[in-house]
Amino acid sequence: MWRRFRHSGAGVAGVLVLAPIVVLALLAPWLSPGDPQAMAGPPLLAPFQDAVFPLGTDRLGRNVLAALLHGASASLIVAAAAALGALFLGTVVGTVAGFVGGRTDEALMRLTETFQAVPGFILALALVSVLGPSLASVVLAIVLSSWTGPARVVRSEILSLRSRDFVDAYRVLGMRPLEIAFREVLPNALPPVVTLASVVVAAAILVEAALSFLGLGDPNRITWGRMIAEGRSVLRTAPYLSVIPGVAIILTVLAVNLIGEGVNEALAGKRAAA
Amino acid sequence: MTALAGAPLLELAGLAVDFIDAGQTVQAVRDVGFTLPPGGRIALLGESGSGKSVSMLAVAGLLPDNARVRGTVRWPSLEAPPVLGRDIGVVFQDPMSSLNPVLTIGEQIAEVGMAHLGHDRATALRHARALLERVGIPLAERRLQAFAHELSGGQRQRVAIAMAIAAGPKLLIADEPTTALDTVVQAQIMALLDDLVRDAGMALLLVTHDIALAAQVADRGVVMRHGVVLECASMADIVTRPAHAYTQSLLAASLDIDRVVPPRPAPPAAPALLHARGLVKSYGQGAARETVLQGVGLELRAGETLALVGGSGCGKTTLARIVMRLIEADTGAVDFEGRDLLALRGEPLRLARRRFQMVFQDPLGALNPRASIGRLLSDPLRLHGLACDQDAVVGLLHRVGLDAGLVERRPHEISGGQRQRVNIARALATRPALLVLDEPVSSLDVGVRAQILALLRGIQQDSAIACLFISHDLAVVHAVADRVAVMEMGKIVETGPTQELIRNPQHAATRALLAAAPRLGTFFKEHSHG
Repeated sequence: MWRRFRHSGAGVAGVLVLAPIVVLALLAPWLSPGDPQAMAGPPLLAPFQDAVFPLGTDRLGRNVLAALLHGASASLIVAAAAALGALFLGTVVGTVAGFVGGRTDEALMRLTETFQAVPGFILALALVSVLGPSLASVVLAIVLSSWTGPARVVRSEILSLRSRDFVDAYRVLGMRPLEIAFREVLPNALPPVVTLASVVVAAAILVEAALSFLGLGDPNRITWGRMIAEGRSVLRTAPYLSVIPGVAIILTVLAVNLIGEGVNEALAGKRAAA
Repeated sequence: MTALAGAPLLELAGLAVDFIDAGQTVQAVRDVGFTLPPGGRIALLGESGSGKSVSMLAVAGLLPDNARVRGTVRWPSLEAPPVLGRDIGVVFQDPMSSLNPVLTIGEQIAEVGMAHLGHDRATALRHARALLERVGIPLAERRLQAFAHELSGGQRQRVAIAMAIAAGPKLLIADEPTTALDTVVQAQIMALLDDLVRDAGMALLLVTHDIALAAQVADRGVVMRHGVVLECASMADIVTRPAHAYTQSLLAASLDIDRVVPPRPAPPAAPALLHARGLVKSYGQGAARETVLQGVGLELRAGETLALVGGSGCGKTTLARIVMRLIEADTGAVDFEGRDLLALRGEPLRLARRRFQMVFQDPLGALNPRASIGRLLSDPLRLHGLACDQDAVVGLLHRVGLDAGLVERRPHEISGGQRQRVNIARALATRPALLVLDEPVSSLDVGVRAQILALLRGIQQDSAIACLFISHDLAVVHAVADRVAVMEMGKIVETGPTQELIRNPQHAATRALLAAAPRLGTFFKEHSHG
């Protein structure tokens, strides 16, 4: 599995791009100590002019590099937490629906469709507006707008696995249904979910950025989306203020998708070999 | 296309095939050679992994891109290289996956005529209808409109045969054409192939692991193992005077209803362990309602083995699944160890399951692909509060003749025979009083099948376990069963002690099963007289 991942060009490229971003995000408190939102120098200093501010400063004289580094950790934490939450919720709902079947399945799937009927971003927007902008509400909003995909994928996998003889064999052995579903059947359904995870993470990064851009992010944290929003008013005179966080978002989303591609290739190869 | 007089149809010499996978070269077959005259019939014999299928694919030109072929495949009596579908017809093992699910069978057969015989659509459809009649499908006109899933397994294979012979090929290749079918249908399909090949003067290349089957239709046999030819002789010689020790072992492992089996000691006169009465089960609703079991009853004493035999769709598996409490009966009662089995619910049922266990037909499908063998075997012990340490697992492995080293392996990392042994070990783990075996050997190669049957006989002897052995093949059960119950269309039509039932069958269904059972003996007699 790992060997095959290493052989996939996309996966390796993704790791090479994402790993530095993650490391820089983790090291942000040491690389640029202090509050990234504090005024540190002259306003609107262009990049590569001053060694103290390699990426320049914004309208209020805040260090763009510091904001980028601290923003990375905020964006990645929100995206990771939201993706984990969405995958967990989707997996549980999908497993129960697929394994129990009948009316439970009907009810859960109608619920899933209700969520799918509302565009994910509008749902997230509405939730954050109601709950108020905070890290937790942004995570919750992204979870509730993106758990349906994993739920449907898991359900369809479980449905095809449920009729396999090994499920009946466990029933004959006297295993309880919940244990069969979650301990024995679910792990077999996970490979496509792992692949889907990259899409969910990438989408979470984008939704978080969009919410922040609209001013619905946590006001106490700097994020990439908020950096773009704040640079918007001086887009003509200081485009770098929007372009730099924009490039960071693009690179991160691209890297996550590449890793997903690599994982997909590795899993497909493993399945072909088995 | 004019055939050169006396020239063989196919000459295969020094055939070697390697597969290149991830930079590694795997030798599949080496130095395979044989000659097939026009109208000749050769059987490629061997177990899975012997290279017989690879050799066949090389002849048909169907090897995948990563295969490297050396040696010569010549067609001396053909003027041009043969075209697959026109000069060579192929019948595959699984008709469900070789037929297109979204085209009617009429369209699929007609396609062959339009592609290779220059027929227009109407002519091709008329031809298709004639072909369906030729392969013995009733109501051919209506069946042209049917889809593959609407036909039975035997009919699907007949359709696949009709497609293979549609263009009047010189060579018909049949790759395990009856493995997926029950014995009665299997005998019909083999008779049909025999008849078609004789009528049209086609040559036949039959790929099979079953010598008894090959002996029915082939005149020469090529015995293969590990990619090399061990023996190439007339089928009569192979059956009566096998030259190679491996051929002898294949013969010994072959099923033969006439083989004398040492009689099993009479089971002790124990009280009834399992008593089923009036079981009825139907599926579907309204007009589509189909009654699969129509009031079936059976009785099984402790330590006794009862075989439930019948063709596919007779309801034998449904009966087993009701007894195993996997599905619910509509009406009827089952007493097990003096308790009303069908009344048990919830936790009491879960705990009672310790006493009745099941071995499934597909050894791979019945094992969780992600679980190690060790975990698969400790699960039943853990679920019923028995000691489930390493020693217990190793003890189970030893009981079914497996090595302790398999504990860490996954199901796909072990052989088919080892998998079925793991299934048996798992079913025996909780020391049940009743073991239900649903076609436990029908998906296995001859050699492995013989070993598993020997293992089951050993288990019967060592323990007082009662077995309900489900099979479509009388030759399989006659070595392991004390009594046989024959099922047909949801009813038990005849029951009796095994030897007696085989010697003196009363019901037509029993006689049909007997006639279809593999017999090496009759072949031997015919050939030694002739």
